Parts: sequence; C-alpha cells; structure tokens
Amino acid sequence: MQTANLLPLVLVLAVVAYSLAYMRSRAVAAPLGGIRNLKALPFYYAARAALWCAIPALVVLAVWAGFEDKVIQGIVIASLPPDTWPESAGQASLILSQISNVAAGSLNPEFLPKHITGAASLLEAMQDKSGNFKAILVVLIAVLGATFAWTRVAPHINARKNVETTLRRIFFACAALAVLTTAGIVFSVFLETMRFFDRVPITEFLFGTSWSPQTAIRIDQIGSEGAFGVIPLFTGTLLISAIALLVAVPVGLLSAIYLAEYASKRMRSTIKPVLEMLAGIPTVVYGFFAALTVAPFIRELAATVGMEASSQSALAAGLVMGIMIVPFVSSLSDDVISAVPQTMRDGSLALGATQSETMKKVIFPAALPGIIGGILLAASRAIGETMIVVMAAGLAANLTANPLDSVTTVTVQIATLLVGDQEFDSAKTLSAFALGMLLFIVTLLLNVVALKIVRKYREQYD
Amino acid sequence: MTDQRSQAEIVRKSLKRRYRKERRFRLYGILAIFIALASLFILFADIISKGHTGFVKTTITLDVSLDSGLMYLDDPTDKDQWSNADFKAPILVALQAQVPEAAGAAEKRELGRFLGTFADSEIRNLLTKNPGLLNTTQTIEFPTHDRVSVYVKHADNPRYSIKLSEQQQRWVDELVQKGIIDTSFNDVLFSRGDSREPANAGVLGAIVGSLLTMLVTLAISFPVGIAAAVYLEEFAPQNKLTDFIEVNINNLAAVPSIIFGLLGLAVFINLFGMPRSVPVVGGLVLALMTLPTIIISSRAAIKSVPPSIREAAEGVGASKMQVVLHHVVPLAMPGMLTGSIIGMAQALGETAPLLLIGMVAFIVDVPDGLFSSATVLPVQIYLWASSSEQGFVELASAAIMVLLTFMIIMNALAIWLRKRLERRW
Repeated sequence: MQTANLLPLVLVLAVVAYSLAYMRSRAVAAPLGGIRNLKALPFYYAARAALWCAIPALVVLAVWAGFEDKVIQGIVIASLPPDTWPESAGQASLILSQISNVAAGSLNPEFLPKHITGAASLLEAMQDKSGNFKAILVVLIAVLGATFAWTRVAPHINARKNVETTLRRIFFACAALAVLTTAGIVFSVFLETMRFFDRVPITEFLFGTSWSPQTAIRIDQIGSEGAFGVIPLFTGTLLISAIALLVAVPVGLLSAIYLAEYASKRMRSTIKPVLEMLAGIPTVVYGFFAALTVAPFIRELAATVGMEASSQSALAAGLVMGIMIVPFVSSLSDDVISAVPQTMRDGSLALGATQSETMKKVIFPAALPGIIGGILLAASRAIGETMIVVMAAGLAANLTANPLDSVTTVTVQIATLLVGDQEFDSAKTLSAFALGMLLFIVTLLLNVVALKIVRKYREQYD
Repeated sequence: MTDQRSQAEIVRKSLKRRYRKERRFRLYGILAIFIALASLFILFADIISKGHTGFVKTTITLDVSLDSGLMYLDDPTDKDQWSNADFKAPILVALQAQVPEAAGAAEKRELGRFLGTFADSEIRNLLTKNPGLLNTTQTIEFPTHDRVSVYVKHADNPRYSIKLSEQQQRWVDELVQKGIIDTSFNDVLFSRGDSREPANAGVLGAIVGSLLTMLVTLAISFPVGIAAAVYLEEFAPQNKLTDFIEVNINNLAAVPSIIFGLLGLAVFINLFGMPRSVPVVGGLVLALMTLPTIIISSRAAIKSVPPSIREAAEGVGASKMQVVLHHVVPLAMPGMLTGSIIGMAQALGETAPLLLIGMVAFIVDVPDGLFSSATVLPVQIYLWASSSEQGFVELASAAIMVLLTFMIIMNALAIWLRKRLERRW
C-alpha cells in the first residue's frame, strides 16, 4: 500500500481510538458518579489513546518509507549475476533506472538482457511485498497502541500528565529539528567534501588558481584532467560582493539616516515599506533584470566610451545585487540609529551643532558597531546569493579585478555542477559539495561575527 | 570689543558653510532614497514593458476546408492513414488562398513558416474528437510562429530583431489588415504547461507545482515552527542545550538558500532515495528553509502576550500546558500567522535550492499529485529567461508579473491580518 494512503488511514485510526477511549472514560466514570471522580477529563484519556495510536505508527511509517527504496535497490543489485555487477555508483544508477523502467512498463523488456528483466520482476515482487508488509505493520502498531491506551483508561490514572509530557516532548523534538537540520547540512556536505579531498588534495583546492571542473569520461581521454583551484571563484565572488556593497552601503545607510532623523512620520511610514519591498522581490526576478536589461545596457554604455564589456559582466550582477541588499543595510541601520538615546541628540543640538553634525559626530560613532554588524550580514547575503549571479555573471572562471569582465562565483559553480543528471562519485560533482562547505563556513563566520557585534552593541543602552 | 565682534564674524561666516553642509547632507539622504525607489520603479517598468505582450497571443484565423484528398485521409478508421496523413496541407491551402501573390513553391514555403509548429496537431486533435468534420469547412484559430508574433507585436520597437524577410513582412501586414492575423488575450498562458514553442507554453503547470510545493512546506513548517517556538519560549529550561538550539536557529536563518539545496540533494534524494523534481522533496527543502523565519516571528508573538494572562490562568488552576494551549497560543496566533505568511512568500520566490533537487526538468504536463514531476513558478521564469527564443522573454516577464501578484497578495494578507488582529495590551 502507498505511503500516501497509509497516512490518512493512521489518522482515521487515531480518531477511532480517540472516540472509543472517550466513551470508555465516560462509561468508567458513570458508576462513580460522573467525570469529576476521574483523575483527568475524558478529553485527556481520549487524546492519550489517539497519541498512542498515531505516534509509534507514524514513526515506523516514516522510517520504513525513508529507507524502503534504498534497501530494495540494494537487494535487487545484489541479485544480479556477479559478472554484471555495476562497477561504479553511476553505472548502478543507470542499471537501476533501466530495471525500474522495465518494472513500470515504460521500457520494452524484449530488447534488454535477461538479467535486467529478471531483476525487474524481482523489484516488482519486492515492492509489492514491502508495501504489504509495511501496511500490515503500521496498522498493527496503531491498533496495539490504541488498545494499550484503551485498557489504561481508569479513574486512578492521570492521563493529563501523560498527554502533557508527550506534547512537551513533541515540542522539544520540533525545536531540535533546527539542530538536526544544521547537523544534516554539516554531515552530508562534510562527508561528500571528504570524498572530494580523497581525489583532489585540499591544498590544491584552497590555493589553486585555475578552475575547470571537467573530468575525464574515458580513462584515455586527453586534456580533461580537471583543475579545482577555488581562488578564481573566490575572487569572482568577492568582486561581485564588493560591487554590491559599494552600491548598498551608501544608499542604504544614507536613506536610513534620512528616514530616521529627517523624514516626517508620514513620509517614513510610506517609504519604509516600499524600500522593504526590494527585499521581498524574488531573486530570480533580479536575475532576469540583471541579465536582460542591465547587462546589455552596461555593454552598450561601455561601447560608447570605447571600452569593451563582456555581455555577462560582474558589474551588472553586482549593481543589481546591491539594489537587492539595500533594505538589509537600511533597516538594520535604521534600528541601531533609532536605538541611540534621544538625550545624546539633544545634548549635541543644545551645544549648537547642526543636525548633520550631530549625526556625523555623535550618533554615527555610537551606532557604528551595529551598522558594521548590519553590513556584515548584508555581505554574507551577497556571498550566498545565487540566482542573480547564475543568470548575470557568467561561467568563465576568470581571475580578474575588472568589473566589466565576466566572472563566476562559488554559488554559480555549485548550481551548474549539480543541475541535471550527474554521477555521484566523480570529482566534478563532489567538488560542488566542497564549494558548499566553504560557502557554509564563510557565511557562518560572517553571521556569527555580525550577530555578536550587533548584540554586544545593543546591551550598551539597555 | 573688537575681538568679540570678529569672533561673531567668524561664527557668522562659518555658519553659512555649516548650513550649506547641512543642506548637502540632507540632499544625499534624499538622493539615496531616490536611487532606491527609482531602481524599484525601473525594475517594475522594465518587466511590465517586456511582459505585457506576454498576455497577448497572435493568431491566424482561417477557413480551413478539411478535404480528405488533400490530407491523404480517405478512411478515418484506417490507422496507417492516420499516421501518414498530412494535416498541415489544408491549412497551407487556406493560407495561400489569402495571399494569392505567393505563387511559387519557394514563396509558398515561406508562407508556411508563418504557422506555429503545432498547427497540424490542432487539426489532428479536432478530427480525432469529431471524425464527422472530415470534408467540411471550419473556421479555426492557429497560433502563429514566434517570428510572426514578434513582428506583429513589436514591429515599431527597434529592441527586437525582426526575423522576417521584407516580403513576409508585407504579407503579414496584409493579413493583419484583413483581420486574419489578430491578437487576443493569451488564454494559453493560464491553461497549459511548458512547451518548446512559446505560443503553446503556459504557466499553469508551474502554478500548480508551486501550490503543491507550498502545501507541503506549509504542512510541515507551520506546526513544527509553532511547536518549536512554544517550547523555546515557554518550556525550555535555561541551559546550554537551549542556548545551543537558539544560536542554531538564528544561524540557520542566515544560511544561503543554495546550501539547503545541497542538503536536500544529499539527504532526501541520495540517502532516502526519494524521486527528483517532485513537490514533496521541494516542499521539504523549503520547509527546512522557512522554519527559522517562522520560529523567530512566532517567538516574538508569544513574547508579546503579557504575563498577566498567564498568571490569571495559573491562578485558577490551569496546568502549564493548559495555559499555553488555551491562552497564550490563541492570543499569539495573529503574529504567528503573519510571520508564517511572510516566510511562505519567501519560499514561493525561492529558486536556487530547487535547481539542485532537479525541479529544472522540462515538464509539459500539469502535475497531478505530490509525487509527480513538477516545476515551480520561479524556476519556470529562470528556464524561460535563459531560453534563446524571443517569445520566451516576454513569457518570462509575464510569469514574473504572475509571481509578483501572488507575492503582493500574500504580503497584503499579512499586513491586513496584522492590522485586523493585532492587539495592544
């Protein structure tokens, strides 16, 4: 039976368990003189039965469904005659897709070797068996759980406490999911990265100055050694981020200052949400704008002053990315500027300073740590941004500081290496995970530093 | 005395300079706001100017005589004849009748290039449904070829390169005057999935894919996010573990989205063997990505519920869990909802992680379930934007307008909810 059908079935069972336990608790209470003689309200007995019914069954279902395909595939591969065993993971996935296509009936078995069709029927049989077994097991566990809870509907048992403890544990599990996600990121990306460093030395990755992730498909192939030096990607990323920050920091900071210090309340309340719209626009829209409007415009502009610009320039991507991160800079700066106590402003103004002098000499220095924190957050945003650079920055790994050239970034390479079909043990695809690890570490460091600075600063006036 | 006067003189002089500086500083601020607003305006104007034609389709309306001899289809029940029949011939004849000056074989062939690639399959579909129409004359609307469409829509716009010869341009002008080539609202855009041909491509598949993906994202991130926020805010003991969880959530909120794509690829697809490019995996990845946003905003909402409410409930004997579930969460719900809607709007516009889990596949069919191959709106925009045909650029802009409309609706809903339900204690 399909997982998609089992899920509602378990829920129905839980509802049944709920109503049965509810009725039983009332029946138990009746001879004692009403529900006030129970330790808990009937609702809690019923809820406990529903939880006992659903949770173990759902856990088993999730684990089974998660690993079902993997296990079956392993068994099917192992059942192939030894001389046809796949040599690499890529080959294995090819054979598997052949087998499953035959099993699904989308590939004519007549043209395929016998072991494939044999494996296909085995696959079908295994899937059937696994599906039936899963359904029986899940229903059995649900019924057992419900029965157990049903037998424990008794006046002296405090079901409320049980239910509350369970709920609390569920809440804790939900909070722990965040940690699990981080752990998942670190472990999955880290493991693949380690596999990558088995093939390519870490020193070459970190200090190599050439990036061309083409690896040989055949062993005797010439000229596709593959070079995995991350330096050109990093300079490209830094170049684009620097351009973005050159746009975003002055624009964001000055507009934050104006909105915080000069603008009337009404102006502020209309302009601020409009500025924040910039942050809400999907990045693919910015990418579209950068690739199809800004980049051609820059190329024509450069041509009129006699310079040559690539059709996918770092400048186009950087400018548009800068516009995108204006709201990050402006709203964080706005927060810290507004947090500077009014007394400091009043004091400065009372000494005869103009508003701009107050701003520059008093408030800005006071707010500086917070502003720097905001800029660091914006920088980490710029480094991790993908779609704008994928669409507008190009793929050529040039080691250049010329903003009119085409450069490539870490995120662009991750995306291009992993889009489409790929085999999972080549250095080419594994390198994407190494890049991801690098990106994760760099942005994590930036974020931690930024959050520390912002938090430390905030404590000063509290 | 003279000394003092000169001091006043100095002050007066410097005052002028200082006021000038003040004015300049103010001007910079206004300039910065102007630049930001202007870029927003240019962005919208650019997309609308590029995309408004995407909502219009160009069609050729012809009286086609479905002559069986012309199509080599004497016997509609014969399968062989069906597969060999020439469904394009009657359209070409009808088109040539409209442009009598196209007499030579080469000219006729050029005329045939006005039609979209799938014009003949329209006739085939028509005849498959009603074989009785054979040997009758029908008025049928065909989508034109991309080149004709670009010419009709953008003849006076030098930004578009017109790919028709001058003779073809004359013919098209003639047909437009006769009302045979015409433009109308592009219903195809909202009734079909992707296609290789701009005239047959629509966003319905992507919209349905987006909805299914969002459904999964919402179903996971909303309950889990609220539960996590409740735990951290109400039950968590002040210890190292809780601190660790908190720091983690703050960091996750700032992890680049493409990293979540790597996670999805490594864990859901490679480890669990889930299929690629399906809404379930996309929704799971986006749920993990949205979770921190929802947790952070839900915590803020819970924090804003005043302690007096809790104390009152505790005072009449409610347990901690009852206080939370019966009083705190319902009161904090508006704030949680607004945070979740904003998080969902972000997830709706997210592209990068979905590229990695294979949602960039070319998918023509409208997805019919959580486990069928699908693409989502932003990815569809990305695919069309990187396509070389001009017709796809205006479709991409049109799809951007559809996407932005959804986002604006969601954000407006969040603002409305906040205004409507927010309460001050």
